[in-house]
Amino acid sequence: MSLARSALSAIQRPLYGAGRRTFTSSSSRRSESLFVHRDTDYNNPSIPFTFTPDNLKRAKEIISRYPPQYKKAAVMPILDLGQRQNKGWTSISVMNAVAELLEMPRMRVYEVATFYTMYNREPVAENFLQLCTTTPCQLGGCGSSKILHTIQDHLKISPGQTTKDGKFTLIEVECLGACSNAPMMQIGDDFYEDLTPETTIKLLDALATGEKPKPGPQTGRKTSENAAGLTALTSKPLGPGEMCVPEFA
Amino acid sequence: MLSSSSLLRQSTSTFRPRSLPKSNLLRSHPSTSNPSPLNAISQRTNLIRSLATVADPPVRHYGGLKDQDRIFTNLYCRHDHGIKGARSRGDWHKTKEILLKGDSWLIQQIKDSGLRGRGGAGFPSGLKWSFMNKPGWEKDPRPRYLVVNADEGEPGTCKDREIMRGDPHKLVEGCLVAGRAMNATAAYIYIRGEFYQEASHVQQAIDEAYKAGLIGKNACGSGYDFDVYLHRGAGAYICGEETALIESLEGKQGKPRLKPPFPADVGLFGCPSTVANVETVAVAPTIIRRGGKWFAGFGRERNQGTKVFCVSGHVNHPCVVEEEMSIPLQELLEKHCGGIRGGWDNLKGIIPGGCSVPVIPKDVCEKVLMDYDSLKDNQTSLGTGAVIVMDKSTDMIAAIARFSKFYKHESCGQCTPCREGTTWMMNMMDRMVEGRAQEREIDMLLELTKQVEGHTICALGDAAAWPIQGLMRHFRPEVEARLAGFHAKHGQVLYGGKLLSDVDTRYAIPDNLGGDAQRSIAAV
Repeated sequence: MSLARSALSAIQRPLYGAGRRTFTSSSSRRSESLFVHRDTDYNNPSIPFTFTPDNLKRAKEIISRYPPQYKKAAVMPILDLGQRQNKGWTSISVMNAVAELLEMPRMRVYEVATFYTMYNREPVAENFLQLCTTTPCQLGGCGSSKILHTIQDHLKISPGQTTKDGKFTLIEVECLGACSNAPMMQIGDDFYEDLTPETTIKLLDALATGEKPKPGPQTGRKTSENAAGLTALTSKPLGPGEMCVPEFA
Repeated sequence: MLSSSSLLRQSTSTFRPRSLPKSNLLRSHPSTSNPSPLNAISQRTNLIRSLATVADPPVRHYGGLKDQDRIFTNLYCRHDHGIKGARSRGDWHKTKEILLKGDSWLIQQIKDSGLRGRGGAGFPSGLKWSFMNKPGWEKDPRPRYLVVNADEGEPGTCKDREIMRGDPHKLVEGCLVAGRAMNATAAYIYIRGEFYQEASHVQQAIDEAYKAGLIGKNACGSGYDFDVYLHRGAGAYICGEETALIESLEGKQGKPRLKPPFPADVGLFGCPSTVANVETVAVAPTIIRRGGKWFAGFGRERNQGTKVFCVSGHVNHPCVVEEEMSIPLQELLEKHCGGIRGGWDNLKGIIPGGCSVPVIPKDVCEKVLMDYDSLKDNQTSLGTGAVIVMDKSTDMIAAIARFSKFYKHESCGQCTPCREGTTWMMNMMDRMVEGRAQEREIDMLLELTKQVEGHTICALGDAAAWPIQGLMRHFRPEVEARLAGFHAKHGQVLYGGKLLSDVDTRYAIPDNLGGDAQRSIAAV
């Protein structure tokens, strides 16, 4: 996932045996993502970042969920908070601010931020498209490969890239846990399920104009029931105490 | 006379005399037998007949769960998921009385119900919970935690999501009841970061329960203090492993810990903890309310209860549905999912329990029951109950290769066999998809999976190995045909995917690149 976020991901692996490798050539890049931070003009420690008072209040509430001597347990939710405040990506300044807030060594925050894939260490567009391409999505519905091609053709980007107008970033992700509603895509925080090429284009067009389409299945389905009609849970649910053992009735 | 007639009866029909005296069985025992030949014959027939008299157990058909026996009544979010709706569906009903029953009574009920962990391993829940109440636990001043594993990341699995969206109060109440049974002081629900809507539903349920005094200080007025917290993950499959989940909850990288010490001794924040799946925890209050015997009435012996199955892939109408355990796989698909696309005969294979379990071919799918033991007998596993269906249009090799890529991506990198092995498996599988491999490499790949399996701290290495083993067990001819097709088109391939035609043949090719294979090809 995080690889896709770096531009290098667009480079396909060379075909096997496509040319002899000489002794002087370096080996192909095996690492999935660049864990090293390199200062850039948009991502360096001198860019200031402070939590807003509102978020500080929230952070305090989050920290109170954990034992006082384990303040650092809050690092994941606080990083998420910082990422949300920082337009959807975690810069080095965000990580440093989190370390300061939680009184933990900066390196411990970097470790966490590089391990988990939901912390974007590169800027992302406002419409952050995460398309699931794991096997169940690949098989289900019309298949995620078709959706991927549709998005690529429509937005003229490949996974890991952002459109020129800065409206969309597309990445491929692993299973998002909505397999009965395959193929699906997460846009921001919302799941858009049961996609077809047509509904995908409709979604993208709506997002481009700044609308927020309704999340969930893009067909007539409500959640993950049988699309042809309910096969279970058709009757009224039991009320309190109904059919329970006498002492709890 | 007697012996011949009984022989005749034996051979012509399976008639079973009911009133056969027990002494026959005794007499026919070899150690007590009379050496006379006539007697011997009669006794042998007696033996045969008496064995035949053991009545077959009545054939029971599983499946066809009625709505009244479904635990998750709002699985499809048709009703209000808030506290008002939950109460009208029977949640939080007499919870105080349940809590006042005490820990050993609660654990006994769970043991009676035969509930096994729904997260994949299938460990008996009552037993697991009882590990928290070791003799003398009261003297331990440490807090005690229940950790709910809602980091649902196994490809194919989408059951916990529906539970948390539709019935979040069942989960929160389950935390309280299970927490009471193991004398926990707090519960942490670790939900995967991508589940934003689900997390907000659960958070809403927690807030409502606090407000109504159902959890927190003096929960439900029972005099028992219990807190429930929500913790959102950030996208790492490995955090579904219990010790990795604990590490992650402590604010570290999600890398599994060595066991022992087991979490029940030293777990979250160094305190006794138990990690349980969402479904396991959420069914607990209903089991207690309706009695362990009611729950044990479903499914086969040792596989009791109901289970939420999630079906994806090539069925006409994929869905998530709660059904009885031990339902035949074919019936599950035909009854709830509208059957396989293009009919049952169009089926190629099914992965019955999420991506970590081996695939089974059509003929096994026909006879298999959806429970722990039946699937284990067929060299696969129930896992999380995530059924991934593949019809004949599926490129099975590509499907499994995609799983290898998944595991490569999700390996945490702590143990060398898994970190390196998953990369190797992915690379080899990718070549197999194309056909760019030598036939002997199939065995090399299998050997590689065996070297990863069981040599890592957690089960991710095993999980990466099993799908490949399943593929080669049942679909090896297909892989071989793919390789042969590639060879016919592009010529022989050396180990590692290099074409023989690309090799500088002025020099000898080392055996570890397939030089011996080249010689054998030359010999042909």
